[in-house]
Amino acid sequence: MSQELILGAYVFLLALFLGVEVIGRVPSTLHTPLMSATNAIHGIVLIGAILVAGTADSPLLYVLAFVAIVLGAGNVFGGFAVTDRMLEMFKKKPVEKR
Amino acid sequence: MITDARAAIIAVAYLISAILFIFGLKRLSSPATARHGNRLAILAMTIAVAVTLLDRSITWKPINIAIIVVGTAIGAVVGVYFARTVQMTAMPQMVALFNGMGGGTAAFVSVAEFLRFSEEGSIGAGEALSVSAGTAIGALSLTGSLIAFGKLQELISGRPIRFPGLSALNVILFVAILALGTVVVGFDGGNLFVWLLLAVAMVLGVLVVLPIGGADMPVVIALLNSFTGIAAALTGFVVHNQILIVAGALVGASGGFLTVLMSRAMNRPLSNVLFGAFGAASTAG
Repeated sequence: MSQELILGAYVFLLALFLGVEVIGRVPSTLHTPLMSATNAIHGIVLIGAILVAGTADSPLLYVLAFVAIVLGAGNVFGGFAVTDRMLEMFKKKPVEKR
Repeated sequence: MITDARAAIIAVAYLISAILFIFGLKRLSSPATARHGNRLAILAMTIAVAVTLLDRSITWKPINIAIIVVGTAIGAVVGVYFARTVQMTAMPQMVALFNGMGGGTAAFVSVAEFLRFSEEGSIGAGEALSVSAGTAIGALSLTGSLIAFGKLQELISGRPIRFPGLSALNVILFVAILALGTVVVGFDGGNLFVWLLLAVAMVLGVLVVLPIGGADMPVVIALLNSFTGIAAALTGFVVHNQILIVAGALVGASGGFLTVLMSRAMNRPLSNVLFGAFGAASTAG
């Protein structure tokens, strides 16, 4: 196993702890918008799809990369748009229920 | 690996993007700043995706450019169209749908990378492990989310769907995934096993979500959201990309924590949501 993978594993583990800490005090009214936002953030996997598409050199890889990019872009754009709409609705009704 | 100025720009931009994601999540967890937090996350995403285009491994042949540009355009138009036009009450199934798309991306990226590795004739054990886990978790999240979408959209019955031997079948499929993953990691078993892994995990995704009732669906979507985050991080190990690892792990952990919070808010332990449908018929939503 290479040094790079070990470092990646450290980054992964530290980010796991941070992920819990950073949203630790979220009120229950924000559960759904926050879930939707994190849903959009994992659309970052689009970067992986772009790297695969950029190096693809056979018909099979072209197809796989294309499908991956369409799905990934849908995740990113749709995810953020839905989250924004949810939070928009949130603003109209200022904190009444906790 | 930082070899030149361009690689340095990418590395620094990824670092800034990671910081913005963290602050975005922080602001998203407070009502007054939530919308701003979402904007920060959008900024972080824009920076990360934009600088990725500078990556030297991307060969700028017309076909590669076309796949990236056309694919992104189609995904963006479809995603924004659905996000903007659906009824407000249909939001949860939209989250499920987009989550499934992300899971699919992670699975297909993992498979594509394995095919490329096997063409080159060598794959490290760490990469092979990441490919196997990324393929399995991404594929499970893809079909599981699609079933959740179908249930909430009432394309299929929202009631728990069960048949005799379902839990035994699920155990068998799970063991099959472990076995196929072991073959992919441990031996140069060829491409067939990765495709099989993809297929079996997709079937398991369907069967795991079918017996869960509609009322429990938000918790299931939160869990699958966490899975997709982990799958995204795993593809980060495969393509050697730090921001994928950071963002994926952040989502995996915060999504998992959210799952626990949500099932707690419903006064139901998570295990009841996931496995409760096996015994009790009264859990029908």
